[in-house]
Amino acid sequence: MTNAMELYQMLPKTNCKKCGKTSCMAFAVALMARELTPEDCPPLKEESKYKENYEKISEIFKPSEGATETGLIVHEELCFGCGNCVVACPPNVANDPYGVGSGNAPKNVNKLVLTIEDGVVKAQNLEECRRFGKNKILCNGCIVTCPVEAIEFV
Amino acid sequence: MEKNYYVCTGCGLLCDDIEVESEKDKVNKVYTACRIGVAHMKETRGEAKFLVDNKPVDEATAINEAASILKNARNPLIFGLGTSTNETQKIAIELAKKINATLDDPSSFCLGPLAEALIQDKLKTCTLDDVRNKADVIIYWGTDPSDSHPRQLSKHSYFPRGSEKQRGWEEERTAIAIDVRKSHTAKICGNYFFQIPPKGDTEFIDALIAGLSGKLPKTSYNYPPKKILELANILKGAKFGVIFVGRGLIYSLENLEPLFKLMKILNEKANFHLIPMIGNYNTMGFNENLFAETGYVNSVKFENGTVKHGPEYSIVESLKAKTVDAAIIIGSDPLSILPRSIAKNMLEIPVISLDHCETLTSKHAKVYVNTAISGVESGGTAIRMDGVKVNFEPVIETNNPSDEVILKKIMEAL
Repeated sequence: MTNAMELYQMLPKTNCKKCGKTSCMAFAVALMARELTPEDCPPLKEESKYKENYEKISEIFKPSEGATETGLIVHEELCFGCGNCVVACPPNVANDPYGVGSGNAPKNVNKLVLTIEDGVVKAQNLEECRRFGKNKILCNGCIVTCPVEAIEFV
Repeated sequence: MEKNYYVCTGCGLLCDDIEVESEKDKVNKVYTACRIGVAHMKETRGEAKFLVDNKPVDEATAINEAASILKNARNPLIFGLGTSTNETQKIAIELAKKINATLDDPSSFCLGPLAEALIQDKLKTCTLDDVRNKADVIIYWGTDPSDSHPRQLSKHSYFPRGSEKQRGWEEERTAIAIDVRKSHTAKICGNYFFQIPPKGDTEFIDALIAGLSGKLPKTSYNYPPKKILELANILKGAKFGVIFVGRGLIYSLENLEPLFKLMKILNEKANFHLIPMIGNYNTMGFNENLFAETGYVNSVKFENGTVKHGPEYSIVESLKAKTVDAAIIIGSDPLSILPRSIAKNMLEIPVISLDHCETLTSKHAKVYVNTAISGVESGGTAIRMDGVKVNFEPVIETNNPSDEVILKKIMEAL
C-alpha cells in the first residue's frame, strides 16, 4: 500500500492549484482519500515530462476500479476458507456474537460482512463494514488475520 | 427456523456446523466449510465401481475375490481406517482377529506415540471447546493448522470468542508458533514465531525448561536466550495454556520424554494442556478402539486369539521385512505416502483397496471397491482429535456401499 508522501513525490510539485487544491501535497492527500483521481491534475495528465509518473500513479489506482465501495478486494484464488477474517471482523462479531463471533456457523447472515461460501470468503452487506460511510475508520481486522493475504483494501 | 447442520469429515476437526444445499445425490453448495471440506463434500460421483485386475465386475465377484485373497494369505495386512467410522473400525478389528492379520493405521508413522500417551492419561489434555472458552496461551508446535486444518484457528483456538474469553484474540489470547519454517500459522503469530533448525526441538525444549526454571537457556544453534526467556515468561503467566503438537515435533524427538518433562514443569508453573493435531478424521477413533480391544493403539498382530505388538508389526517394518503376503487397504494410499523403497514391496503382494476415490494404491490393487464417502454418503460416529465423540448423518443419498458394508460382506464370504 502506498502513502500520500509517495504520491506527492510523483506529482509535479509546482503547487499550481489547477486541481482546485491549495498544494500538491493536498492533492496527494485527496488522491489517497479517493476524493480525486489522477486525471484531476491537468499538468500531470497533459505534460509529456510527467508521462511516466502519470502512468505509475494510474497503475496504483487501477485495482480500485474493480473494488467494492469500501475498497475491499478478495483474491479468491488465494483464499482457502479458513474463516479467520469472518470470526475476527468486528461488525460480524457485533451482529452475530453467538454465531460467527464464537467461531460457529452464521446465525444472522443478513447482517454479516464476510461469510464463507464454497470454501471461499465472500464480501456482502458492505454498509456494515467499518470502512464504509462518513465515520469510517481504517479497520484492518480481516487483513491482519489472513494467512495468505487474500483480502486487500485499495 | 432451525437449520440443519452437517459434520464435515474432511480433516481431524470434524466441524459440526456445515450448511449444505444438495439435490438427491449431488452437493451443490457448501457454507462455512473450508476449501478442504468443500472439496471433500463435493467429491461425489456416479455409481459404485467394483474392479478386479482393473476390469469392472459385479459386487459378488469382487467380494469373493477379496475373500479368497485373504483366505489364501498366511499373514495378511489390514491398513488404513483413518477415514472410516468407529463402526467400520470395529469390524476391521474383528476381521483381523478372524484371519490372524497384522493390523496397523497411519498413526504408526504419525502421531501414534502421542495418542497412546493421551489415551493412557500420561499427559494432561482438554477438549477443543475448552480451548475456545478458556485458553489464553496457544502454542502450535511443529504444525501448521492454517494449511492442514484451516478452521482450527477460527473455530476452536485463537480467534473465536469463548465463554471466558469474550474480548477475543487481540486482548486475551497469545498465539505462539514454533516451527522450522515460517508457515501460514507462524505468519499469524507475528512476533511470537520461534524458528528453530530441523531436529532442534529437543534442545529447544531443554532450553525452554532451563528458562522456566530461571536458568540461562543454551542451545547449540545459539538461539537468542532473551527470546527463549521471553517465551518462558509468557508460558509462566498462562492461566489455561494449550500446546497443539504436530508431526514436526514428534518426528524430531527420539522419544516423548522431553515432552513429558516440559509438560510436567509447565504444569508446576502454570496450567497446560496438550492436543495432537491429527490429520485424518478418525485416526484417534482407531487408536481408542484398538486400545479398548487389545491395549495397544496400532501395529498389532493377531495370532489364534493372542495379540502381539511391536514396531515390527507396523506397515513400514512389515513391508520392509516382507512378512505380510496380502493387504487390504481401507481409505488410505500407502503407495503414495510411504517411501518408494518400502512401498514397492506392496506391488509384489495381492492388494485389496477400499476407497472412495481412485488412488495410486487402488490402481495397482488386485481388487478395488469404490466405496461411499464416509461422512458424505454414509453416516456413523467418529472421535475428534481431542477425544470427543461426534455423530454424523449422510449428507446425500446414494446406492454406493460404505466400507462398513463391504467389510461385513467380506467377513461373511470368509
